[in-house]
Amino acid sequence: MSQNGKPKVAFFDFTSCEGCQLTVVDSLQDHPELLNAVEIVQFREAMSEKGEDYLVAFIEGSCTRASDEARLKKIRQQAAVVVALGACAHLGGVNTLKYLHPLDEVRQYVYGDKAGWYDTYDARPIEAVIPVDYFIPGCPIDRDEFLATVKALLLGKKPPIPDYPVCVECKLKENTCLFTLGKVCMGPVTRAGCKAICPSYGQSCEACRGFIPDPNDSSMREVLAKHGLTPDEITTMYTMFTTYQVREKLMQRASTHE
Amino acid sequence: MSKRIDVHHVTRVEGHGNIVVEVAGGQLKECRFDVVETPRFFEAMLIGRPYLEASHITSRICGICATGHATASLRASEKALGVELSEQSQQLRKLTFHGEQLDSHVLHIYMLVAPDFLGVGSVIPLASSHPEVVLRALRMKKLAGDICAVVAGRHTHPIAMTVGGFTHFPKVSELQDLRRRLIEGRADVDATVDLFASLPWPSFDRDTEYVSLTKPDEYAFIDGEIITSDGARLPAENYQQVTNEHLVQHSTAKHTRHLRNSYMVGALARFNNNYEQLHPRAKEAAQKLGMKPKVTKTFLNSAAQVVEIVHCSEDAIQIIDQLLAKGVHPEAPAPVRQTGGEGVGVCEVPRGMLVHHYWIGEDGKMTGANCIIPTNQNLANLEQDMQALVPQILDKPVEQMQLDLEMLVRAYDPCISCSVHVLKVETK
Repeated sequence: MSQNGKPKVAFFDFTSCEGCQLTVVDSLQDHPELLNAVEIVQFREAMSEKGEDYLVAFIEGSCTRASDEARLKKIRQQAAVVVALGACAHLGGVNTLKYLHPLDEVRQYVYGDKAGWYDTYDARPIEAVIPVDYFIPGCPIDRDEFLATVKALLLGKKPPIPDYPVCVECKLKENTCLFTLGKVCMGPVTRAGCKAICPSYGQSCEACRGFIPDPNDSSMREVLAKHGLTPDEITTMYTMFTTYQVREKLMQRASTHE
Repeated sequence: MSKRIDVHHVTRVEGHGNIVVEVAGGQLKECRFDVVETPRFFEAMLIGRPYLEASHITSRICGICATGHATASLRASEKALGVELSEQSQQLRKLTFHGEQLDSHVLHIYMLVAPDFLGVGSVIPLASSHPEVVLRALRMKKLAGDICAVVAGRHTHPIAMTVGGFTHFPKVSELQDLRRRLIEGRADVDATVDLFASLPWPSFDRDTEYVSLTKPDEYAFIDGEIITSDGARLPAENYQQVTNEHLVQHSTAKHTRHLRNSYMVGALARFNNNYEQLHPRAKEAAQKLGMKPKVTKTFLNSAAQVVEIVHCSEDAIQIIDQLLAKGVHPEAPAPVRQTGGEGVGVCEVPRGMLVHHYWIGEDGKMTGANCIIPTNQNLANLEQDMQALVPQILDKPVEQMQLDLEMLVRAYDPCISCSVHVLKVETK
C-alpha cells in the first residue's frame, strides 16, 4: 500500500502479443477513475517509471524459456496477489501450438541453421511455474471482466469468473446456435464470461477462455463427430489455445492406465 | 571521453528491446538495438492448421496490429485459393483497417511519444497536468476501436473477418452513429494537428530508402505494388527482392536490406511515396506540420502518423457514405475457386509494409508460411540512424543522450512482439 492508501499494482509481460495490456488501456477509456483507485507502479508498455514495490501483479504472456522462470519467481516473491492476465498466462494460449511439432523442427523452420542462437522451450501457463491466485481468461481479456476483477480485489472479494459454459451466454443473447447452422463450436465445454462474442459475430467459439470444470468431453467429441469432423479435425478444434491442457490430461490418463 | 548507454527493455514501446551504445576515446565503438523478445515461432505453428484458422492465429502475433495481421493473412489465403472479394467486403475491410490505423497512431503519438516532449515518464501525470489532451486522446482512441468493433466485433482480435468476406454485418444505425462521431471528431483531429505542429521536433536528418506499397487509385493500405524512393517498383509477390531477410545474433528479429544498407517502412515512407493520394485535409495538416515529400527527418515519422490520422478519418467518412448509399447486405463469403495453392498477402499496417506468404495444401491445411514484419524491416535503419545520431549528441550529458536515443527508437513506433523490449546509463 502506498502512502496515499491506494494499492500498488504492476503489470508484467512474457511471451504474448500484449493485446491484454492494450485491453487494460482500453478499459481506462471508459473508466479513467480507475487511476484514482490504484497506483500503477510498473507498466513497461505505457510508462517509463519502474517501481519494485507492489501488492498486486498482473502477468500477461506464457513462460517460454528458462530465464522467464527466474523473473516469474521474483514477481511471486514480491506480490501478495498474482493475477494471470489472458489466455497466454492462464492457459499457455496460442504459444502452445508449438507442442504439435517437435521443437527442433519449429526452431529450424523459423531460424534455419542459426536456431541454436535463440533460447526457447515448450510454452506453458505461468501456473506451471508459480502459484497463481486468480486468472482473467480470454484472448484477449474482456474489459468488463478486468474491471470487475479489479473491483473485487479492491473489496477483498473473489473475482466473479463464471464456471458455466459459453452456451449459457449465447442463449441469453438469443443467438441461433451455430450447430443448427451447420457449423461447429467449442461453446458447450468452454468457460463463459466473454458474452459469447465469437458466436455473436458468426464465428465458432475457439475455447480461448479454457474449459469449464469437469467438461463432458466424450459427449462433446461425439457431437463434433456427428457433425462430420474426423478425429484429426476434433484435435484441431481442441488445441488452438489449450494444447497444454489437452496434453496434460492425456499424460494423466496415460499414467493412471500404467 | 568514454560513455556507455545500456538501456535494458526500452519503455513505451511494444515488446522488449535494449539500446547499447559505447563510446571510447571520443569514438563510437558500439551501437546496437538488441531485440530480446522471446522467439514466437508463428510461422511454424501455422503448419498443419486449416487455412480458415490462419487469420485467427496470426492476429495473435500482435495486439496493436491484430486487424492488420488478420487482413494480410486473409489476402494471402484468398490469393492462394483464387477468392475474389465483393466490393462491399473490400469496403468493410478498408473501414476496419482505418479503425486500427487510427487506434494505433493515436496510442503512439499521444501515449508513447507526447510524454517525451512534455518531460514526463508516461501519460498518467498528463491526466492531471493536461487533462483536455488526455481526454481527447481517449475519445479518439475509443472512436477508432468502435469502428473496428462495429465491423469485426473488436479491434484485438477481430472476429467477423474470414476468407472471402465477413460472418457479421454492421447495422445502418451503427454506421450512421460512427459517421456522426467522425464528423464531430474533426475538432479533435484538428486539435491534434495543432498540438503536434507546435512541438519542437528534433532536427536529425538522414536520407534513406523509403519503401511502401502503392496503388494507382488510392493511398495504399491493402494490396498494391511495392515502390521505393530510390526508384524501384515491383509486384508484391517479388517482396523477397526487397526484404532480403537475414539473421543477426543480437536480435531474435530478422533484419532486412534492399538497395542501401538499410531501408525504412511506415507512415513516413507511405507519406513520401504516396503523398499525392492523401485526402486534401491531410495535405493541409502536412503543411501545418511543415512536411512536404521527401521528408528525411526520422523523428517526423510520428508527425506523418498525425497526417494519416486526418486521412484515415476522412476516408472512413467517405467509405461509410458509400456503404450507406448502397445499403449493407449480408452475403456469404466469396467462394474458394481452387483447393490449394500459394499466395502473397500485403498491406500497410501502422508500422509499415506487412507480408504474409502462404502455401496451402490440397487438403486445406497450411503447408508453409512466411511473415515479413515492418519492425524487422526497420531495425537495420534504426541502427544506422543511431550510428549517425550519436556523434551529433556526444557533448550532451549521458541522461540526455539516453533520452534522445529512446525518442529515436520510439519514432519508429517499434512493435517488437511482432518482430518476433530501452535504457540504463553508465559513465566510464
